[in-house]
Parts: sequence; structure tokens; C-alpha cells
Amino acid sequence: MRGEGETLIVYADLGCPHCAAAWLEICERRASVVFRHFPVASKHPRAPALHAAAEAAGRQGRFFEMVDSLYADRGRVDDPHLWERAERFGLDLRRFEADRRTDEVAARVRRDFESGIRAGVIGTPAMYSPS
Amino acid sequence: MIAAGQPAPDFTLRNQDGEQVSLSDYRGRRVLLVFYPLDFSPVCSDQLSIYQEVKPQIAEKGVELVGISVDHGFAHKAFQEKLGIDTPLLADFEPKGEVARSYGAYIEQTGHSNRSLVLVDAEGTVEWVYESPTPLEIPGANLIFDALETVGSDA
Repeated sequence: MRGEGETLIVYADLGCPHCAAAWLEICERRASVVFRHFPVASKHPRAPALHAAAEAAGRQGRFFEMVDSLYADRGRVDDPHLWERAERFGLDLRRFEADRRTDEVAARVRRDFESGIRAGVIGTPAMYSPS
Repeated sequence: MIAAGQPAPDFTLRNQDGEQVSLSDYRGRRVLLVFYPLDFSPVCSDQLSIYQEVKPQIAEKGVELVGISVDHGFAHKAFQEKLGIDTPLLADFEPKGEVARSYGAYIEQTGHSNRSLVLVDAEGTVEWVYESPTPLEIPGANLIFDALETVGSDA
């Protein structure tokens, strides 16, 4: 969760151009933004790896930095670009590499995705305000 | 629109590879017929992409997915490749929309089917149906899971 104000739950795909455009606008809102992983792999084959990278960055306290950066520079999403980001954010690169490949991280991403399916998400970005 | 409890009208259509597929081929298995308006339309792309993501969970419930639209098999093939999906897509192409019409899922004014879901049980009887209020509204995959939890058996 980031920001202050009314809670805004955002189901987003890190490989999705519409999400990247919407993310800039979302970040400007006065809201507590809850990011939920919703990678649609068939549409964006790189998405699962990007969500795992964001989650792994989150294990070292840099989740939203990774999300912001992935959306800001959509042309640089290969592994070397992820390593470069990890170093820039001061992450332990070896730990980042190990974490992003764990079943635990994959399960976390999947759990978010399935909660989105249950909530009726049919495209990204999808936003909900619980109140 | 056809209703639960009615026999599902049998049909034979060609799939994206030009092979003939009949509903009766699925006898003994449950199948979810996904009627959608058109290949390559933005809304249909989102729908089939999302369904692809949950296809393994739907399969765990013993249900196979089949997409049906009025597009030709060649268009289906290209659409499948573009989306990166492997859900079979059947061509309700000639006579155009005949199968959709037999399920009450065809919209005459626009010349394509509505966005409709028809769950057919292992004996070929309609178990559950959902018809979108408009073709622009995608039935969320949650509706499928809700239906699978409440109707029929997983056998």
C-alpha cells in the first residue's frame, strides 16, 4: 500500500500499456493505493516475470519503486534491465534473483490474480474503492 | 436464449485448423460454449485472454472451453496466434450464425452472436446459461466458477 487517503485497490498487469498510462494518473491521486498482481500471460508473455520481479523487490522494501520503474520504461524489461534496476534501488542482487524465482513469490502473484478473477476483473487496469 | 434443462442442439463446425468438431464429440465430458461476437475486437480479446488464464482451473472442474463466433477458421487461427491462446475456436461461418441462432444467441441486427456462455453436461443437456446484457459486457470468469460450484457435478 502506498499513499494516504481513501483505499484504492488496483488490479494491474505490469506488461499492459493501458496500465502504464493509467499508473501515472493513479499515482497522482490522494489515495492509499493497493497494488494487486493481475498478469495476463497469454497477452503479455513477459508479465509473470515482471510481477515476480516487483514482488522480489518488495521483499527488500522496494516494491513500488520497481512498479513505477517498469511502467515508466516499458521498453527495458529483460533480465539485464531488471538487474540494473535492482542495483539502482540498492537491492541485494543475489537475493533478488533467488526471490523472484521462488514458488512463494509465484504463489503470491497467483493469489492476487485469483482474487481478481473472483472480484470479476475482466481487463486491466481494474480499480475498486471498498468504501 | 436456450435454458438450463433443455437438450443442447448438436452441431458440426470447423475449428481453427479446418477440422470438423461436433458437440456430440464432447459427450461424456462437460463443455462450456463461449459464444462471442467477433475475432480481433478489443472486448473479445480481453475475454478470451482472461479465460485462457483460468483454463487450468476450469479443466480441474472437468470442463473444457470452446469458443464460437461467425468468423472463418482462417481468422480464428490468426486470432488464436495473436492472443497466444489454445482454446479451440469454432467457425459458425456458413450458414452464418446458424449455431448461435439455434442457441438463441444470435443478434440479427448486427450479424454476430451476443456474448453468451452455455455449459453443457456430459449427456448433452444444458446445465447453465449466461447472456450478457450487451455484447460490450464481458462475463467475468467469476461467473463461470460460481456456476461450476452451484450446478451439476464434477464427475
